[in-house]
Amino acid sequence: MSYLNPGLPQPAPARDGLDEAYWKAAQEGKLVLQRCKDCGAYQWGPEWTCHRCCSENLTFEEIPPYGRIYSYERVWHPVHPALSEQGPYIIVLVEIPDRDGARMVGNLLGDPQQEVQIGAPVRAVFEHHEAEQINYTLVQWEVDAS
Amino acid sequence: MERTVRGKVAVVGVGETPYYKRGQAPDPEFKLALKAIIAACKDAQISPKSVDGFASFSNDRSDPSRLANALGCDDLRFSNMQWGGGGGGGSGAVANAAAAIATGMAECVVVFRALAQGQFGRFGQGPRSNVISGSGAFTVPYGLMSPAQSFAMKVTRFMHDHGVNQEALQAISLASYHHAQNNPRAVMHGRPLSEEKYNESRWIVEPFHLFDCCQENDGAAAMVLVPAERAKDFPHKPTYILSAVSGSHYRAGASVHNTPDYATSTFKTTVPRLYDMAKLGPDEVNVAQIYENFTGGVLMSVVEHNFCEPDGCNEFFTKENLTAPGGKLPINTSGGNLAECYMHGLGLNIEAVRQLRGESSNQVPDPDVSLVASGPMVTPVSSSIYGSEATL
Repeated sequence: MSYLNPGLPQPAPARDGLDEAYWKAAQEGKLVLQRCKDCGAYQWGPEWTCHRCCSENLTFEEIPPYGRIYSYERVWHPVHPALSEQGPYIIVLVEIPDRDGARMVGNLLGDPQQEVQIGAPVRAVFEHHEAEQINYTLVQWEVDAS
Repeated sequence: MERTVRGKVAVVGVGETPYYKRGQAPDPEFKLALKAIIAACKDAQISPKSVDGFASFSNDRSDPSRLANALGCDDLRFSNMQWGGGGGGGSGAVANAAAAIATGMAECVVVFRALAQGQFGRFGQGPRSNVISGSGAFTVPYGLMSPAQSFAMKVTRFMHDHGVNQEALQAISLASYHHAQNNPRAVMHGRPLSEEKYNESRWIVEPFHLFDCCQENDGAAAMVLVPAERAKDFPHKPTYILSAVSGSHYRAGASVHNTPDYATSTFKTTVPRLYDMAKLGPDEVNVAQIYENFTGGVLMSVVEHNFCEPDGCNEFFTKENLTAPGGKLPINTSGGNLAECYMHGLGLNIEAVRQLRGESSNQVPDPDVSLVASGPMVTPVSSSIYGSEATL
């Protein structure tokens, strides 16, 4: 069961290898961020060098699957044929606490008409897709009531 | 020696094709570019053969060598493209052209933009590929793929941080549509907008209604720039470039919405350089053209050009304050990208010049200083300030 109707472009690891570890981890139900092994800085999205110290010595580190809503938007107008019958849906920008301000994009699960609170705690939900050519996992978010 | 373009370059010709809804231009994009350049040269009363440079932005497809060939230009000296930022390059292309002239690399440079979305595809649609990789892989599968969707998230955060009401966005849209009713070039001429019509229009993505979004158009626009000492050899009242800058802040280009300073139009670091070069401040600006990809970008641009405090938006953004001739800060006096034409913002630079000439369809009384902000929320962005002879 996916949040959005099927038919959108499917994510694939970049051919240059930059983000392969992220997509592999997501399929295993793990959330990772890129981290510099030299200075310890976290960064997202992935890049070949550390923005803080220019080191090329980077890794992908597993982090707890929790964050806070930094911003959000409720989309109404479909800009892709796959979404023509979708109706409104919510995209959230989630800040990962204590990780140098790194943010991730996903959908907010639940009622698409729900009221969204900036700052609300959320937890990651791994949405696994089996496609004809590639399997992939999207990282979605739901409000964390606990 | 002071390094500046202030007062060294003049705009002596402006022109455009008729503006069309996307897909309705009778000509292909390259021919539109030629027509706009010929119109700008005619306005300056020069032969296109004497143009020796071209500057554009956003990967314009009309190659300067082909233009120079088609126009029979005698001596091509400057062939320039502002890299990145889409419409954020509008004033950047002016800056590049001005720099070429001020440093003696060229004598007569055309700044232009041609765009036929009917011929080459719409800006407002998502990708149609089956697979996506790179930074888009982290957004597109979640349904985040259009410009409106990319920018609404910034605007939502800004409005949250500063308690801005929807009416502020509405006022920006009403001002553009109001001005377009006096401008026969405007695609929305004869199609006025009321508060009710705005409020009843469908959401594209909250907080943007339909009327918060720019149009998708076909057409072309061009400006002719020459050294300031030649400005009085041309038929129109001289208009001088006082400043033109571009850029963006620390890690503005971080992918997946990770720029540290997020809820910004990207002008915070460029605006001090803009006013420093112009040797004036926001209080001396008489009229402003503020790029509307979406009204929320105008909101933040006006704040970041220091016309209004971020916490004062609800009071500042009223239709009365934003409309010519008597508003506190008349903006987008041609109708702008919302209601004149989305010529990727180059039309805003032309309107800034027309204001100083006294030729706007929504003329501000005797302006001396005219400002343009190009392409909010992208990276790089750019701004320009034009002045009358009195400002030199």
